[in-house]
Amino acid sequence: MGKPVESNRKVSESRSMLLNIGPSHPAMHGIVRLITELDGETILNADVEIGYLHRAFEKMCEQGPYNNAIPYTDRLNYVSPLINNIGYCLAVEKILGITTPERCQYIRVIMSELSRITDHLTCVGATAMELGAFTVFLYMIKAREYLYEVIEDVTGARLTISYARVGGLKADLPEGFEKKCLWAIQETRGVLKEVEALLNKNRIFVDRMKDTGFISQEDAIAYGITGPFLRSTGADYDVRKSQPYLVYDKLDFDIPVGEHGDNLDRYYVRMEEMAQSMRIIEQALKQMPKGDIMVDTKGHVIPAAIMVDEAKMGRTQDFKNARVDLDPTLEGTTKGFHENVYSHDKRVALPAKEDTYGNIEGLMNHFKLVMAGHGLRPPKGEAYFPVEGANGELGFYVVSDGTDQPYRVRVRPPCFPIMGALHKLLAGEMVADIVPTFGSVNMIGGELDR
Amino acid sequence: MQLVSKVKEKFPNLVLETLQQQSDDVIVVKKEGIRNICSTLKTDPEFRFEMLMDLSAVDYLFWEEKEFRFEVIYNLFSLSKNRRLFVKTRVPESDAVVDSVVSVWPAANWLEREVWDMFGIQFKGHPNLKRILMYEEFKGHPLRKDYPYTKRQPLVGPVN
Repeated sequence: MGKPVESNRKVSESRSMLLNIGPSHPAMHGIVRLITELDGETILNADVEIGYLHRAFEKMCEQGPYNNAIPYTDRLNYVSPLINNIGYCLAVEKILGITTPERCQYIRVIMSELSRITDHLTCVGATAMELGAFTVFLYMIKAREYLYEVIEDVTGARLTISYARVGGLKADLPEGFEKKCLWAIQETRGVLKEVEALLNKNRIFVDRMKDTGFISQEDAIAYGITGPFLRSTGADYDVRKSQPYLVYDKLDFDIPVGEHGDNLDRYYVRMEEMAQSMRIIEQALKQMPKGDIMVDTKGHVIPAAIMVDEAKMGRTQDFKNARVDLDPTLEGTTKGFHENVYSHDKRVALPAKEDTYGNIEGLMNHFKLVMAGHGLRPPKGEAYFPVEGANGELGFYVVSDGTDQPYRVRVRPPCFPIMGALHKLLAGEMVADIVPTFGSVNMIGGELDR
Repeated sequence: MQLVSKVKEKFPNLVLETLQQQSDDVIVVKKEGIRNICSTLKTDPEFRFEMLMDLSAVDYLFWEEKEFRFEVIYNLFSLSKNRRLFVKTRVPESDAVVDSVVSVWPAANWLEREVWDMFGIQFKGHPNLKRILMYEEFKGHPLRKDYPYTKRQPLVGPVN
């Protein structure tokens, strides 16, 4: 790139300057390094350097049983971890050739869409904040907090949720979920309305977003870009529509597309996608098969700890009919709930805790699935499963050699191709445009560097 | 007519094998023909795979039935026809060089760099084949099966 500066050059001679942004810089959302070559304030060239957050995700997945990779997937896209969880499980389920119960699929859809909203809220909020709209950031993080509370009720954690399992889910939805979820959606709608009022006609915001970070549809496709970024250029590719998975084909929603492929269009696409996600959640809550599981916990409830103590003393004869009152943060779930969210395939589904602690078949089934060298063993084969992540197509390519550990897990991180095209987005722009452009890329270090 | 058999008909000498992997179409091609096949798959109106979704590799060192060491997997997607095709090519350890497809899809630039970084497979004709996730001074290729996951190396910062 640039040559070393020589002090005896004439002042009038124009030469380009190298400016290093990052790896540790507040506008770099995590750690990534941009080496820009500037002519005045115009960017001539940009070199993007990644890898600062590399944690050997793919290598570590090969070292343990299939379900052990799930906590790692939480840490890929840490703004929407549920989608990662579910994507990985769907890929392994594809090798096994199993489908999960319908209620489980609906819950997966609802949780994915909640994650998508939290992801877009973070992205739009952070971009707006970097352009000076701090109020928007606070409002959006407030809305995200409501959604995080719902997620916490379901999974027991806000971020490192590890909720999905190969063949099902850790636990069913808690009591009162629907009401709380609908309330959170209503609050989020209010926030989005406020944000639109603050931003859509805001001179500073629109001026800085419009016509910056432009990419043409041909370039976006050639660079393998998907998600809101591709849709802002006018292509309506969305995995949920073009290769429907789970129960997306039973739900009615639209794919918003932009026209210009600039930062402003990406903002509009993300805002509309949140509205569509909320539509999906509302429909899914209505269509979800209910069953009697939400109310049936009264009657034979025993706290799980007492049950374990009793079992240690050998008093297990009544356990077959009993229901345990388990904390949702604990691994496992009560029997009634279990059947609704876990596949009935004994090769993959951990038994309900009543069975694990209550009878020898359940205990053996449990041990066969968790002991080293036994475990969940998909047949030899490989499968790729794409899901629509918040940033675009998130794909897991899993290779199984017939043992209880994956032979290879490959992730297609959706922001990787966008970062690969970043130099193209930045060339010819002003230095100040790096901030909104980089913000709309929504780079997530965890999935980019793995 | 099925997609894989169409490709096979077009390149009878280069396609080694066609198979269905779960529900996905897979073709295995000769290493020498990869760029040729890729550019046809992209431009031919019959195929039109405009997108290179993913490019990765698998190291089959500990897999006894497979006599080759690496397999490079190209995940192609056609937006206009909404279909997916996996193109695989087998790479022996002694000659771990594949033709680069950066000239076909610019998306391959970073993806090939990652495969080089993680597996040590070289891509002939790549404009800037250097490490991407690891640092330049890193020794070895971490996703190879003979690289122990417990191995530690001193972290050396970037040169410039």
